[in-house]
Amino acid sequence: MTILVVAEYENGAVAPATLNTVAAAAKIGGDVHVLVAGQNVGGVAESAAKIAGVAKVLVADNAAYAHVLPENVAPLIVELAKGYSHVLAPATTNGKNILPRVAALLDVDQISEIISVESADTFKRPIYAGNAIATVQSSAAVKVITVRTTGFDAVAAEGGSAAVEAVGAAHNAGISAFVGEELAKSDRPELTAAKIVVSGGRGMGNGDNFKHLYSLADKLGAAVGASRAAVDAGFVPNDMQVGQTGKIVAPQLYIAVGISGAIQHLAGMKDSKVIVAINKDEEAPIFQVADYGLVADLFEAVPELEKLV
Amino acid sequence: MKVLVAIKRVVDYNVKVRVKADNSGVDLANVKMSMNPFCEIAVEEAVRLKEKGVATEIVVVSVGPTTAQEQLRTALALGADRAILVEAADELNALAVAKALKAVVDKEQPQLVILGKQAIDSDNNQTGQMLAALTGLAQGTFASKVEVAGDKLNVTREIDGGLQTVALNLPAIVTTDLRLNEPRYASLPNIMKAKKKPLETVKPGDLGVSLASTNKTLKVEAPAARSAGIKVRSVAELIEKLKNEAKVI
Repeated sequence: MTILVVAEYENGAVAPATLNTVAAAAKIGGDVHVLVAGQNVGGVAESAAKIAGVAKVLVADNAAYAHVLPENVAPLIVELAKGYSHVLAPATTNGKNILPRVAALLDVDQISEIISVESADTFKRPIYAGNAIATVQSSAAVKVITVRTTGFDAVAAEGGSAAVEAVGAAHNAGISAFVGEELAKSDRPELTAAKIVVSGGRGMGNGDNFKHLYSLADKLGAAVGASRAAVDAGFVPNDMQVGQTGKIVAPQLYIAVGISGAIQHLAGMKDSKVIVAINKDEEAPIFQVADYGLVADLFEAVPELEKLV
Repeated sequence: MKVLVAIKRVVDYNVKVRVKADNSGVDLANVKMSMNPFCEIAVEEAVRLKEKGVATEIVVVSVGPTTAQEQLRTALALGADRAILVEAADELNALAVAKALKAVVDKEQPQLVILGKQAIDSDNNQTGQMLAALTGLAQGTFASKVEVAGDKLNVTREIDGGLQTVALNLPAIVTTDLRLNEPRYASLPNIMKAKKKPLETVKPGDLGVSLASTNKTLKVEAPAARSAGIKVRSVAELIEKLKNEAKVI
């Protein structure tokens, strides 16, 4: 068995999500190869070659693969997939965008967001916003899978010395083009990889009040998240959203401030090790999952918390 | 242009689902069913395109049980012109749904197909991408803004770091994210009118579609329960517990 992992990368190096995905591949067993597709991705390939447990790195460096447009990258993966038993990608927006296209071209069903590997063909994944866990078996010749990164501990980013091999194939469907992007800038740790996450909800009242959470987060070295209510109300940008339709996080400590705890939000954070809820509504559902609950006005509790930690 | 919208009947998003005792699935007997929230957004976007004069006809399609007619009628009440039900008895996997939708696309030849980005029951997030692959069309997934510009479609997508805009050749496939729009409610007169709009029923066999799947669900379990912890009285007590009991800060 040989497994192909489609790398996620940012700023010229592999993203942490790739390390979790390699960990899932290692659980399946067999040789792990990593595909780096993009433009000017030599540095990414070098960092991928250092990942512990990776046997080979394939680099498809071509203008057609810039911004990893699925119309161009999917045929590349399909062409390579024939030699592999499994194709894995992290369940990031890129992975979710590309892999179902790959699966359909291979005429197989995909398995989305696995949280555990039971055997080489059997996997567990959450359904119904995490309110049920399905065990799914695949009979596909090539198993196409996205990996929920919080379900697997990352492998070491250093220590490997895989061979790097260039892939010449250039697929350019010519039906889509990148126009531009608008990325949110932040000095804080990345939400899905942070050890501590502080999240705010509708109770924050307005976007300006999120400054209380930012200063608390900076003191804790935490990332800042938000509920859908806070995003929809325009308090913060949508890439901060935690939940079924946003990002899935599983930090050591999750502090929910002014968040009621709708099931869609819980789906994104209930695997956190310790959950703290600060809410003035004693009946809020978030208290049913919180390890430590504090019924208090967040505008008094958060500054006090910041002062005392 | 003609717009095709695919919708799914799912358990209502407010329902707390329960796993069946025999672990064969989730208990859906006597549970409130609704149109998948992302599909509502897809219908709304199509209706807005029609109101802008961009879309000329909206065809809404569902692949599912006979009861999915209710959700198709809802879509008609919201402004779709006609409906197609591809009647399938069992819960289908995404690839089978995508194949059925491809057959409908081949027949209807829409310029734009809009789907929700994921169904809140299976949480797959696959069908739109698979349909794009099978039809060979470009895909604009997780769309928060859609604009027709001549023979191209500009789609602003929600990505992990923020937003990305792509230009797609038409015809194209779009899947909706939550922030694309705010769906309207159907008014009573429109609900009455929707009863007279055409609703065609076809079988997957008539479309020449195989519903075979490479995936099999072996069992469905309840997740490990997380129980309520304790309530602390003050911020100082909270910090003391986090430092000494949970040891997380």
